[in-house]
Amino acid sequence: MTSNVPAIEPDYLHAQTNSKGIGAWIFSTDHKRIGILYMVSMLVFFLTAVVLGVLMRLEMLTPGKTIMQPQTYNTFFTLHGIMMIFLFIIPGLPAVFGNFLLPLMIGAKDVFFPRLNLLSWWLFITGGLLALVSLFLPGGPADTGWTFYVPYSIRTTTNVIPALFAAFILGFSSILTGLNFITTIHRMRAPGMTWFKMPLFTWALYSTAWIQILATPVIGITLLLVVVERLFGVGIFDPNLGGDPVLYQHLFWIYSHPAVYIMILPGLGVVSEILPVFARRTIFGYKVIAYSSLAIAFIGSLVWAHHMFTVGMSNTGMFIFSLLTFLVSIPSAIKVFNWIATLYKGSIKIEVPFLFVLSFIFQFSIGGLTGLMLGVLAVNIHVQDTYFVVGHFHYVMFGGTGFGLMAAMHFWFPKMFGKMFKKIPAIIGWLLMTLGFNMLYFPMFILGYLGMPRRYYDYLPQYQSYHIISTVGSWILFIGILIIFINLLISLKKGKKASANPWGGKTLEWTVASPPPVENFHEIPVVEKGPYDYSEYEIKPESVK
Amino acid sequence: MTTAAATHTYRDDVGSRMGMWLFLFTELILFGGLFIIYAVYRFKFPEQFSLAARELDTLIGTVNTIILLTSSLTVALSITAIQQGKKHLSMMLIGMTIIFALAFLVNKYFEWSHKISIGIYPQSPELLNKPPGEILYFGLYYVMTGLHALHVIIGMVVLVFSMVFIAKGKINQQSYVKLEAGGLYWHLVDIIWIFLFPLFYLIS
Ligand code: HEM
Ligand SMILES: [Cu+2]
Repeated sequence: MTSNVPAIEPDYLHAQTNSKGIGAWIFSTDHKRIGILYMVSMLVFFLTAVVLGVLMRLEMLTPGKTIMQPQTYNTFFTLHGIMMIFLFIIPGLPAVFGNFLLPLMIGAKDVFFPRLNLLSWWLFITGGLLALVSLFLPGGPADTGWTFYVPYSIRTTTNVIPALFAAFILGFSSILTGLNFITTIHRMRAPGMTWFKMPLFTWALYSTAWIQILATPVIGITLLLVVVERLFGVGIFDPNLGGDPVLYQHLFWIYSHPAVYIMILPGLGVVSEILPVFARRTIFGYKVIAYSSLAIAFIGSLVWAHHMFTVGMSNTGMFIFSLLTFLVSIPSAIKVFNWIATLYKGSIKIEVPFLFVLSFIFQFSIGGLTGLMLGVLAVNIHVQDTYFVVGHFHYVMFGGTGFGLMAAMHFWFPKMFGKMFKKIPAIIGWLLMTLGFNMLYFPMFILGYLGMPRRYYDYLPQYQSYHIISTVGSWILFIGILIIFINLLISLKKGKKASANPWGGKTLEWTVASPPPVENFHEIPVVEKGPYDYSEYEIKPESVK
Repeated sequence: MTTAAATHTYRDDVGSRMGMWLFLFTELILFGGLFIIYAVYRFKFPEQFSLAARELDTLIGTVNTIILLTSSLTVALSITAIQQGKKHLSMMLIGMTIIFALAFLVNKYFEWSHKISIGIYPQSPELLNKPPGEILYFGLYYVMTGLHALHVIIGMVVLVFSMVFIAKGKINQQSYVKLEAGGLYWHLVDIIWIFLFPLFYLIS
């Protein structure tokens, strides 16, 4: 494909707009600017929540009180959970990279509803700020855990309502983003881009978007009901009034389990995007990967009750949910095998995004395997609500999606800002992150297996050695994260200028300038080949003697 | 080659409609959650539910159903009118829809205040004395019809905007997808009521 770079055209970062200063950003309907807005706000929330996590770990260094009161600990894990889930990992990849890249990848000038897109960001910020404000209102921050389980969330005197309302608004924002993406993908693909010529990241976004619009309303109404219960004492979930708290759990997990796939699918998409570029090979099993995203989205909606094996369910129910949980691991495993097959005989180029992808695959696999263990009824009863679960979900969400996000940040950084980052500090950061991460969370599997419950402030002395390892891991991880961010920040100013296609990618976003011009494409491209055509690098049969 | 710039600057009504349908879908699921809760509790307390249902005024419910159905008709007619270029007729029909919506709310207001005056509202001593199934029934009644009323209000706001847009010519014979979206929203409000009505007023 020929280059799509017009001679002189202002890029989106420097373009003149009607509003000045910050207004040029927060009122912009350019999907690229909105992507950056999400990125900045999301990273602020992320770093705040990381600090909370590190403080929690510090508290767990010794049994009994180390640095904070028990109630503080409760509010910390609640806020850490809420921020990480609703403000970081759910919007993370779709809102940041989906917004920035989706139109570029499918050869469109913007998303279908640009103004709605801006509204989504405003809702996101409103929700985030509300969550923060609830910290300082009288009554104190919520202490229910991010799951807001009733009846405690109805009884506690802390600021649960603002927190619930924040989550509700964030859900609304997520719905609007999903709706926008689905319409964009259906209506705005460039001529020639059939469904199966779409990049895999767009496939992942597409599946994610469906989960977003199908599952999020359920959590919306559920959280709203808790608000109504607290305000008026209606009694839908309150056992005192005949309500059923277990019904709350069902409704909560009907959303929150699929939400796990909102978190992970885009991460899987990022990996499928990055691997072929650095292996210089056409991705193995393109269609299977695309379909497996849809399969994950579909089966994933049917397994919610594996979070509730211990709340009392019929044996048949437990059996079915356990079985379905196993089934959903098949499409995920298919993806991992396809990636490995892609690497096989590839001419691999080691770059920072690729390193993060390797960590992703490693950690995601551990997370997935421990997830399978959790799906086994007998094991589940033993480790339910222990550190085993904490280890598991951090391996999947942070070890998977979190590292996927880091990979994406490095991979598309040149495209977004037109600058290269420094490689050595990035590699050091990656090394520390991977090391620290595994040191932080691996001991949790053992702790949980030995019986250390989660969300506990205190513990028996015999657990301490594992807690020490874990806490030291959190410091290493934290330093790694700081190095990564500082390196990227410095590179924003001082980095070398990036070319349009520094990594040799084949998808459409690499055909426009870095950073892209306001209008993305001077002329909408016509797509002829699939997105990962690396045939020129592959060894031809005749050359193998 | 098609210069695609053109394909993306012109408007795409199919896409806009698709977005609206997706949104309505999420609204349906939102209420779907409530319907599931209703079903679960009705299954758990069948007698108490039907006992409680007898206390609702079927007449008011029926009148409101007729009002909403008629308003759905007027909104549909307003779209036909704008398609034929009859701007004033279209605005008038929307105006009628809004008046119907108001009538619905006034009716609802009388219904609710009557219930409250005889001591049936969440946490009232009267209600707390009743068995759990009835407490749940009235809890759901207030929540579901309340949420529905909220949607009526939102729908009215949407319709007012549509009227303004028609007056300003932003919605016109050639481009009426915005009005269609508003109309679809209004139909949704109507449809949800069609479900609420039998669940609360008729099954007893
Ligand atoms: C430096 C990074 C992090 C550290 C040190 C950390 C540490 C912790 C700790 C100590 C807990 C409390 C465990 C318990 O008592 O049950 C926790 C809970 C949690 N973390 Fe993290 N975490 C980090 C990153 C993340 C990330 C990236 C995510 C999500 C993507 C995440 C999501 C959660 C969630 C959902 C909970 C459960 C909260 C609850 O029990 O209500 N964490 N984390
Ligand atoms: Cu789950």
